[in-house]
Formats: sequence, C-alpha cells, structure tokens
Amino acid sequence: MAGETGGTGKTGKTGGAAVNGATGETGGAVREAPAARLVGGPGLLLVWLYGVMSVGAVSRSVYQIATEYDRAPLAYTLSAIAAVVYAFITYTLFRGGETARKAALVCCAAELVGVLTVGTWTLVDPSAFPDATVWSDYGMGYLFIPVLLPVTGMLWLRRARR
Amino acid sequence: MLDALTVAVSAAALALAAWCGFAAFRGQPTKDWHFAGMAVVTLLALVQLVVGVVQLARGEQAGEGATIFVAYLAGAFAAVPAAGFLSLAERTRWGSATVAAGAVVLAVLEVRLHDIWGG
Repeated sequence: MAGETGGTGKTGKTGGAAVNGATGETGGAVREAPAARLVGGPGLLLVWLYGVMSVGAVSRSVYQIATEYDRAPLAYTLSAIAAVVYAFITYTLFRGGETARKAALVCCAAELVGVLTVGTWTLVDPSAFPDATVWSDYGMGYLFIPVLLPVTGMLWLRRARR
Repeated sequence: MLDALTVAVSAAALALAAWCGFAAFRGQPTKDWHFAGMAVVTLLALVQLVVGVVQLARGEQAGEGATIFVAYLAGAFAAVPAAGFLSLAERTRWGSATVAAGAVVLAVLEVRLHDIWGG
C-alpha cells in the first residue's frame, strides 16, 4: 500500500501538469494520483513532526495510564485522546489520497480545538489537572509545537488540494 | 548520567540542525556529508544509550524513574536516523529541513533526559 502510494505520488509530483493535460481516456485513474501524495515537500516535515508527536503522546499516555491512572484521570484521558488524534493524522498523511486529506483536515481542526480548550482549561482551573497533559498550557512542554502544528497542517492540507 | 556526554550530544545535534537548516535555506537536499554528520550524532546517542543503561544496571537511580529514562534514551537514539531515512526519499530542501527538525528534537530530548536523571 505504502509503496503503491509512493509510486503514484512520484508521477504526480514530476508530471502533474502533463497528467492533468492528458485527455480523459485514463482520467478516472490519474485524477486521484496527484492528490495522493501528502508526504512530499513541506508535507514531509509535517508528517515527521506528527510522527514525533504521536510517539511522544502515545508513549506518555500508555505509561501514565498503566502506572498511575487514579492520580489524574482527566489529564491522562485527555493525553490519550491527544495521542489517538496524532497517530490518526500521521496515518492519514502517510496514506494519502483525497479522503485521507479531508480526514486529516478535520482532525487538525479537532486538534486545534483540543489544544485551545485544554490549554485554556489548564490556565483557568489548574486544580483539575494534578499532572500535565500533552496540551497543557497550549503545549508549552512540547515547545508549543501542539498549537503550531494543526495550523501549519491545515494550511498545507488546503494547498495540497487539487 | 554522564553530563559530558549529554552536553556533547546536544552540541552535536544543534550543529547538525544548523548545518541541515542552512542546506534547507539554500534549497539543497541532504548530501553524503550530511549523512556522515548524522552518523556521528547517532553514534554519540548510541554511546549515551549504552552508558545510561549500564549506569542503571549498576544500581544508580534515575530521578523520575528508570522506565521513562530508558524510553527517552531510545527516543533520543532514534530521532536523527528516522529523519535521515525520510530525507533519503525527499531529495529537496524539505528533506534537509526534516533532518534539522529531527536534530532539534534530539536537543530537546537531551534537556529532558538531564531533568529525568537529576530528578
């Protein structure tokens, strides 16, 4: 699957104009091809950062929930949700295609809402959070990447539309 | 934790980030010399991983727990090679930018490692 997407992606990248210029004979198959590649160019940097956030968030929440869930159930549950969102976006970016692009766009929006909600929540009512989540203080513990990433992601995903 | 090693890995990572960041700025993909640099940084991180595990095995304690410490050591070791492999497939400036981002992530992990070991 990954190899296939990579293959079509290459054609899309180098020969995008030619493919679009071609007449409708092969239209059905190739129309999907240019949109398939989301990992190229700036998208590579994006998918790398999402990969890092996925690994960080997933391992963090697995550790927290496995060892001391009772100490801060809310914080750890939110961390787990963040982890799932990151993992899913990373997967959709790798998978490519128009459906995946839309799904990633929706998830980036959800991620941004999550960062802003949890970030504000931790500032307004710190007592609800005995321990930090990935999105606490707008992701300060992660260099504010959590708040910058969805914005960059949405810009890139809008541009990747064909 | 060997402080000297943490400083060395951080400095090497930041140097790699600057170098690859400069390549990205000039619109160049990663080249052989960049991969040599990544190999050096990865080797340092590997030495750190081994030294860290040996210290734990000898009975020294990590402030925030051995599991987290080892997880961060492994993450630090993997950060730059993973970005390097990605850049092999992307022969544009964005490949270089990805390696630079990987090196910055490594530098941040080093700071966290220092905290985790010290408590």
